[in-house]
Amino acid sequence: MPEVDLDVTPLRELNAALHRLTPETNERHWVIDHPAGRHAIASGLNVPITVEINGPVGYYCAGMNKLATVVVNGSAGVGVAENMMSGFVHVAGDASQSAGATGRGGLLRIDGNASSRCGISMKGIDIVVQGSVGHMSAFMAQAGNLVVFGDAGDSLGDSIYEARLFVRGGVKSLGADCIEKEMRDEHKRAIHEVLTRAGFDGEVDPNEFKRYGSARKLYTFNVDHAGEY
Amino acid sequence: MDATPRTTPRKSATFDDYTLSEIRRAAASGIYDIRGGGAKRKVPHFDDLLFLGASMSRYPLEGYREKCATDVWLGTRFAEKPLHLKIPITIAGMSFGSLSAQAKESLGRGASQMGTSTTTGDGGMTEEERGHSTILVYQLLPSRYGMNPDDLRRADAIEIVIGQGAKPGGGGMLLGQKISDRVAEMRTLPKGIDQRSACRHPDWTGPDDLEIKIQELREITDWQKPIYIKVGASRPYYDTALAVKSGADVVVLDGMQGGTAATQEVFIEHVGLPILGAIRPAVQALQDLGMHRKVQLIVSGGIRSGADVAKALALGADAVSIGTAALVALGDNDPLYENDYQDLGTTAGAYDDWHEGRCPAGITTQDPGLAARLDPVLGGRRLANYLSVLTLETQTIARACGKSHVHNLEPEDLVALTVEAAAMAKVPLAGTDWIPGSKSDR
Repeated sequence: MPEVDLDVTPLRELNAALHRLTPETNERHWVIDHPAGRHAIASGLNVPITVEINGPVGYYCAGMNKLATVVVNGSAGVGVAENMMSGFVHVAGDASQSAGATGRGGLLRIDGNASSRCGISMKGIDIVVQGSVGHMSAFMAQAGNLVVFGDAGDSLGDSIYEARLFVRGGVKSLGADCIEKEMRDEHKRAIHEVLTRAGFDGEVDPNEFKRYGSARKLYTFNVDHAGEY
Repeated sequence: MDATPRTTPRKSATFDDYTLSEIRRAAASGIYDIRGGGAKRKVPHFDDLLFLGASMSRYPLEGYREKCATDVWLGTRFAEKPLHLKIPITIAGMSFGSLSAQAKESLGRGASQMGTSTTTGDGGMTEEERGHSTILVYQLLPSRYGMNPDDLRRADAIEIVIGQGAKPGGGGMLLGQKISDRVAEMRTLPKGIDQRSACRHPDWTGPDDLEIKIQELREITDWQKPIYIKVGASRPYYDTALAVKSGADVVVLDGMQGGTAATQEVFIEHVGLPILGAIRPAVQALQDLGMHRKVQLIVSGGIRSGADVAKALALGADAVSIGTAALVALGDNDPLYENDYQDLGTTAGAYDDWHEGRCPAGITTQDPGLAARLDPVLGGRRLANYLSVLTLETQTIARACGKSHVHNLEPEDLVALTVEAAAMAKVPLAGTDWIPGSKSDR
């Protein structure tokens, strides 16, 4: 089990070593110490390994992640797991702005709160936030599921496309073209499936969530809706 | 005999025929006009500059005989694999979606034949494009449609798009007519809806964040790829300085004549600077930071001829980029299709409803029947021919000015025909030593 101390090893060296790994590698569990808020730690991973980071990370940790599992035993800066393709990213603490931004697949779990723009422009990623999410979360969200145990700030789902937003607590306000929608069985199953993958098997009742999504009124520009922008 | 002579009917210069037609169109529809292309109004441009050529005090090079190099290195600041282009003319970013697959393939073929690069657009990278482009620049746009680390790694350079000349501060739009199954899938959006591309990046705000974003892209690509920052011409001095501060290898500066696939007419014609007024401030920023020629400058927006290329280089650019002219080389607005243009209510040379997807030349369309009109092999050949002419013309001027490399052209080789151009390009008004706004003018 490789252990890397970022107070000793340059970040560029660590990431290059992680990028050199092949799918057949037997170095499948890496431990990173003293991240000290450095940026882009474990970004661009491309193989099914586990990287465990002990401490807070800066911007874009696990950016564009593919296949790998990245665990942050601390808080994460801006854009954790941005544009993730697949795999699993787990932040044990809080996450800053734009967590999971533009993510196209995989699962992002945040045990604390996520700041503004969580899931902005998400494109297929599933995001589970145990705490609350800040304003403008799921802005222009295209696809995927955002599951929030706590509350959502202002303008949730502004200009949303086909992503599904599930919030257990309150929503301060909804953004343009985002409405509350009926929770059907398929949606409860979706929550259950996402939560199971996130490690909450049976612990949370999907019935406690409300669903939000696109009213689809702004999909084709109509001058009669100009005032809604 | 009460026939008092009448004055000739006189139309208003302010309310001209075009303006009147636009008012009538707005009154009937209630919505602003959307079109493709760049600014159509007349603005100060390279036409307002002249080269002096060699004379008693300057020694020319023999045309066709003596070497006049045209190559350019891009990305020498940080990238482990900078680009080496044979000509200082690149193909600007244009998306698959706004353009047909045949058009993208044509651009790749033509650029590759001439040893230069082409650029993806707001829709991701297609196999046709990667396969036919020897050197491909991959755009990272606010929408991040199709963005993925594999394409990032198989690109030859990365261009972070902050804005474009046609609409600095605006996002993109692709109307439903052009959203085919393939385009929809690439963008992870439903078919047939209007697609808005965001105007702001989702995961960074401001140059301090951008510096970290660039660091992430370099980490993901193991510091191999040149990273460009593209801005629309609006505050070129500060945008260039901030791009350098953020860690860019290359700055791409796009003037208001640069085209867009679709945006509001009012945006295209009234926001941003003509490229002539943007180059010198950008070069000044690079010089003030000691980074001229270390961070390369690519300029675009209204480049049509080798004269335009030479003038842009003389003002301090390292290379230029063409978009509209490249499409015209492929056949856009060709009188060959005049009957089709008439059917669309326009005429060859004026067609700009690129967003409607009914391009008779098969370029700005996703209609398979129309797109099939464009033969990518022939299109590539035509673009290569055009690029070759641009290069030969640039060399012709450079040799006349006594330069053995096109990069040796300099502002001292130029004069301006108008006071406005003299002030913008910071070269003397022809026949004078007057540079309006210069220190000696104060």
